[in-house]
Amino acid sequence: MRLRVRFSKTGKVRFVGHRDVARIWERSLRKASLSVAYSEGFSPRPKLSFGLALSTGYESNAEYLEIELLEPADDSIWGVVEAEAMCARIDASLPAGFDVMAVAPADRRADSLQQAVTSCTWEILVDPAGADEVAAGVESLLSRNEIVVERERKGKVVTEDIRHQVLALDVTGETDDGVRLTADLGTQPRALRPDEMLAAMDPPLLARSVCRMNQWMSQGDDRIEPLSVDAAPAPLAKVRA
Amino acid sequence: MSSLWPELERVLGEVQKPARYIGCEDGMIIPEHRPDKAAWLLIYPDTYEVGLPNQGLQILYEIINERPDAVAERSYAPWTDMAGVLRRTGLPLFSVDTHRAAGEFDILAFNLSSELVYTNLLECLDLSGVPLHTAGRRPEDPLVIIGGHCAYNPEPLADFIDAAVLGDGEEVASEISEVVAAWKASGRTSRDGILRELARIEGVYVPSMYEAEFDGDRLISLTPRLPGIPEVVEKRTVADLATWPYPKNQLVPLTEVVHDRLNVEVFRGCTRGCRFCQAGMITRPVRERPADQVRTMVTEGLRRTGYDEVALTSLSTADFSGIEKVVATAVADDVCGQVSVSLPSLRVDAFTVGIAAEIQKARRTGLTFAPEAGSWRLRQVINKMINEEDLYGAVGSAFSQGWRRAKLYFLTGLPTETDEDTLAILELARKCIDVGREHHRSPSVTISLGGFVPKPFTPFQWFGQNTETELRRKIGLLRDGLRSGGKTFNGVKLKWHDARASVVEGLFSRGDRRLGAVIEDVWRNGGVFQEWSEHFDVSLWENALARNGLSLDWYVYRHRTHDEVLPWDHLSAGLHKDFLWQDWRDALDEVGLEDCRWTPCYDCGACTGYGIEHIVASAVPPAGGSQGTGQGPGNNAVPVSLSTGPRVPAGAGS
Ligand code: SF4
Repeated sequence: MRLRVRFSKTGKVRFVGHRDVARIWERSLRKASLSVAYSEGFSPRPKLSFGLALSTGYESNAEYLEIELLEPADDSIWGVVEAEAMCARIDASLPAGFDVMAVAPADRRADSLQQAVTSCTWEILVDPAGADEVAAGVESLLSRNEIVVERERKGKVVTEDIRHQVLALDVTGETDDGVRLTADLGTQPRALRPDEMLAAMDPPLLARSVCRMNQWMSQGDDRIEPLSVDAAPAPLAKVRA
Repeated sequence: MSSLWPELERVLGEVQKPARYIGCEDGMIIPEHRPDKAAWLLIYPDTYEVGLPNQGLQILYEIINERPDAVAERSYAPWTDMAGVLRRTGLPLFSVDTHRAAGEFDILAFNLSSELVYTNLLECLDLSGVPLHTAGRRPEDPLVIIGGHCAYNPEPLADFIDAAVLGDGEEVASEISEVVAAWKASGRTSRDGILRELARIEGVYVPSMYEAEFDGDRLISLTPRLPGIPEVVEKRTVADLATWPYPKNQLVPLTEVVHDRLNVEVFRGCTRGCRFCQAGMITRPVRERPADQVRTMVTEGLRRTGYDEVALTSLSTADFSGIEKVVATAVADDVCGQVSVSLPSLRVDAFTVGIAAEIQKARRTGLTFAPEAGSWRLRQVINKMINEEDLYGAVGSAFSQGWRRAKLYFLTGLPTETDEDTLAILELARKCIDVGREHHRSPSVTISLGGFVPKPFTPFQWFGQNTETELRRKIGLLRDGLRSGGKTFNGVKLKWHDARASVVEGLFSRGDRRLGAVIEDVWRNGGVFQEWSEHFDVSLWENALARNGLSLDWYVYRHRTHDEVLPWDHLSAGLHKDFLWQDWRDALDEVGLEDCRWTPCYDCGACTGYGIEHIVASAVPPAGGSQGTGQGPGNNAVPVSLSTGPRVPAGAGS
């Protein structure tokens, strides 16, 4: 069967890059003694597919991964008990800072997560300007018809309008640490990163921390998460790295 | 004392590979610091990727943290971008475990395995806010200690280090902890007092307690300044590895490092007696880990870490008495799925290739052999008694079992080496290709050439190193030979080590304490990470020598005489100087020496001096002869019989 896993990446481990995260998963699954299917060929690798990449330095409560398991062969016996057990088993093998939030069988025929996900919700903490100034910046950004920026694409600099990818942007809090923004940013055809948006603001802002809160897929007029957290056991309490 | 993490977190986004600085490895220890515990910061003065896998450091990390009176954390040299950020923001060097400032530790202990990192040691001290010179340190400053192979000639670092520890660290780390914990509990009063106490611990050398007397350039004596300080500092040797099954929880990093696999040390020491090899000489005698313990460490290690590769480490792993069984167990371990085993140091014989074939079912890309010298004559000089038939047998066996590439390691600049010896390397490589053609259409052989650097406590310690020009000329000989040979050498490739780097290594390997000024000068002029070719700059070293009125001719290129006082004569690696001298004479007479594991003892001093002996499970030499040379009877057709369990699936492992 194919297993979909939602996991978080918080604390110090946010500085671990995407490739290293993949390696951590390979080792952790071996530790958990799951019977993961391997690719054929000269140097077989476990069959894992990761969703959207997360920039090094960002935290996340919504990372996804799909694992091809040899056993159980299908999900006919799958239930709450199995899900909880699997959650605990994988979570125990992961290094501190990575936590399994939910698992569920996945449909092999469905689109890959990278294709299916259309937007992400982000929480962004910025400093040092006051909330009013930030609010003004947000308003002026949203009032623009186009936001043309230079982005790097496969090593080349291209100009692109990113306005349509800023789906929502709000000031949602202010603490001693800074001002909190919540943003919904589009991911198709290419995900817009929070720091790219912040750099396009006037004056440009710098994020102190960024956390991906959700990934969304469209379903009719609605949006749903690939795995929502309340549908599954709560993440196991673990010390934050 | 608090964590610097909140400050570091803000700047990590600016540097390459920020995961180098976060710690968080599986196996990391968060120790509880207390006023009555000696706090060690174990520093590997190279990048995290190079330093993290260091087994010596990991062993001490565990042993110290198991003690009630000590704690240990780790640090690595920050890459130049990070050093820049630290200086700009005023943040100090920190531990990766709890991100505590280096200056808050009682001991900064550096593991030194190469002379080229000496300037990184200064860089780390400076970033820690610790005065560079021993003389300038106050009681509240940390003690600066070094260990590792370079500690056998610590003289060039004498200005900067409070102590050097010789030999195995397992026991002496505890003795140092005790002394330092007591000193700390008593309010860390006099620095002189603690240094004197350290100097009394066997294996600990405190350079500032010794007077070096020179007559011009010539060192005439190096003697204790005070009564009660030993005239000769002996190395430490643990008698039995079985008592030290460390590391028990090998660190599993979150980011990719070199040797990213489980490492299990199967024995320490080597008595093959290669005359150029300092590691072999200073780690005598041979102490094997019991095969059962190795098996347990392998299976439990794989289970705990999730690694799919294990390396059985030592100076010559195929010599391990239980090698076949251990390999078979590791390969058969199905707990973690598909496991591959690697033997980092291969002996040159068919037996070894057989084992390699058994464990590397997949990825038979390349096998490495180290004949070290091109001609039989020169191999007798260096006591690497491999005859050509052994080599062709090994290479043939490798090619016949699926490997397509062989890599041959050679040294150039060896004592008595002639151009004929050098050119013989090409001939060996060509014949290896011929052997390979019997099995493949296009076999390839890579010659990897290093410049020989004479090291202390070897029979070659008296030998004047080849000049940079001479090394270059010899490299050129091979390059030209290869080019003019045209088709004859199809498939042969040549790679070489930078001759200029060999010269700088040579400067410090046998240098004296006057060189401290040179290290400092190079560091002040920005010379860090000199072991990285992108940063290595020979002109920094040449200028620093000139400014200090010192010369390469004196330190590097000059032959030493029998009666000369060597800068490490007051230190002991257990080897009698007479033994080394005799071995040097034998070398010049082209006389080889058998391995003392299976022949009578030569009384080199390594066992006799300490009342210990070899711990070797097998009473007979391994197949392949006592030199691994096929010198014994019936050698070349060594049968490889390995009864493994389930085989590694085709294509598995890495
Ligand atoms: S003392 Fe004898 S047996 Fe021990 S290492 Fe030296 S030569 Fe070999």
